[in-house]
Amino acid sequence: MYRLTFFSALMLAQAAAPVCGSSDGSTVNTQAIVVNAGPASTYFNGAFTSVVLCVPGTNTCQTISGILVDTGSSGLRVLSSALTLPLPQQTGSGGAPVAECGEFTDGFTWGPVQMADITLGGEQAKNTPVQVIGSPAFSNIPPNCLSTGAPEDTLADLGANGILGVGLFRQDCGLACTFTGSANPGIYYVCALGSCTVTTQALAQQVQNPVWLFPSDNNGVGITLPTVPAGGLAGTMGMMRFGIGTQSDNSLGSSQVQTTDAAGNFTTVFNGQSFGSSFIDSGSNGLYLLDTATTGLPTCSDAPDFYCPPTLTQLSATNRGANGAAKQVGFQIGNADALNEAFTAFSEIGGPNPGLFDWGLPFFYGRTVFVAIEGQSTPGGVGPYWAY
Amino acid sequence: MAKRLIRLTGFVVFLIAACPFQASATLGSDVTTVNEDRAKMQGALMSITRNDRFEIHQLQASNGTTVREYVSSTGTVFAVSWEGPWMPDLRQVLGPYFDAYQRTVPAVRNARRSHGPMTFRSGDLVVQIGGHPRAFAGRAYIERLMPQGMQAETIR
Repeated sequence: MYRLTFFSALMLAQAAAPVCGSSDGSTVNTQAIVVNAGPASTYFNGAFTSVVLCVPGTNTCQTISGILVDTGSSGLRVLSSALTLPLPQQTGSGGAPVAECGEFTDGFTWGPVQMADITLGGEQAKNTPVQVIGSPAFSNIPPNCLSTGAPEDTLADLGANGILGVGLFRQDCGLACTFTGSANPGIYYVCALGSCTVTTQALAQQVQNPVWLFPSDNNGVGITLPTVPAGGLAGTMGMMRFGIGTQSDNSLGSSQVQTTDAAGNFTTVFNGQSFGSSFIDSGSNGLYLLDTATTGLPTCSDAPDFYCPPTLTQLSATNRGANGAAKQVGFQIGNADALNEAFTAFSEIGGPNPGLFDWGLPFFYGRTVFVAIEGQSTPGGVGPYWAY
Repeated sequence: MAKRLIRLTGFVVFLIAACPFQASATLGSDVTTVNEDRAKMQGALMSITRNDRFEIHQLQASNGTTVREYVSSTGTVFAVSWEGPWMPDLRQVLGPYFDAYQRTVPAVRNARRSHGPMTFRSGDLVVQIGGHPRAFAGRAYIERLMPQGMQAETIR
């Protein structure tokens, strides 16, 4: 346990090390990421990094570590409890403060939208809307938001100090949140007199994937993590590189470009069957796929979220983009009950996910995965796409 | 097991024009409550698919999310599934089971030590939610109410 704690602290320290400029004058486009138990000491297969937030246009800044790197969402969210900066509040109609209900599979994040200069590596997105989760001043969660699940507004519930959504999209909601009436999904709210009502939110006011707002290296991200052997590791370290084909360190090389549909999905073919709602998500902590009837993998008797095959099982699937480009992917699923509880990086963790593949963090082990942002030009074409 | 597809779209569109259709019954309730249901999903009934053991009522919420309700031959909603860009109103979809779901999810999440798709079991209720923002998918069913021999895998 001591060893793990020391190791984690070491990696966090390295991830937080400032990088401000390079000797040749080009922007530093790299940011370290670590896989460890995270700030709540609970996580496994979580990739964490740190962000520097500043009050817009000032040198009043704060570094927040333990931020989960999430290619499955877009936009930066930080826990109110981790934030000491007085960030300016975004206001909507009538000058009322804007708050957001961020929807995720296992719950929602609720809190105000505030403005910050976001620095990652040597890149900066200025005056960018971010969500501050669990702010005590916004404790009245609207019923519409509460009806989407359970809140994830504390360190204990989130397991991270925040979520850095560096996914396929520029905004977390997109056009839908600009609609009036019942077509609006009810993500953004204006709050007055202690009560919040759904509001339309223009694209530029929505919580933004900071990468596309960088002055350069703004068309996507490449995430690289080392191979993790069966049995796992105490933790591991990797790198996030901003930009695709913009500098000497972020070229696509031999990576294959697979475009997605409008929702960010592609097709995974497994045993001759096609599953068209599949996706890649560094914020999922395992390879979540299909069900026992389709895969033959039993779930754990004590944890229906995970597979527990008696022996390490080698499997293969083919991912096919909307552009038709296809690539075979080998992967392994092991017994989730037999893993070393002191470790935090496992390649063989998997679980059920009826009808689709969620290629979680284990997919990133041993490869570089590029995510190209919608509407952004790259040497491999215009995003959104994945390349690996 | 031949399936008969009854297309009601045109008919229902007419009804919607006449009066906003408050779609959907909730999990575990009687299908005859559909029209009395005062829940919030402002949607349209797109189709009813029927076989000898159950019917599927497919509804399209105005936010683009599709909800399918599985109704047994005795008229009980034994399963619900959904897919679309945003989460459905789970309080309505899960009905009397929602409060227990919301209360128990944090413990499930903490036990799995992370985020990701979730399989939730409580008594004979099973809820599975996956996907990501702009493409969620999920299903919920009551094992005790499933038609005999029906596999959960067929609930899509």
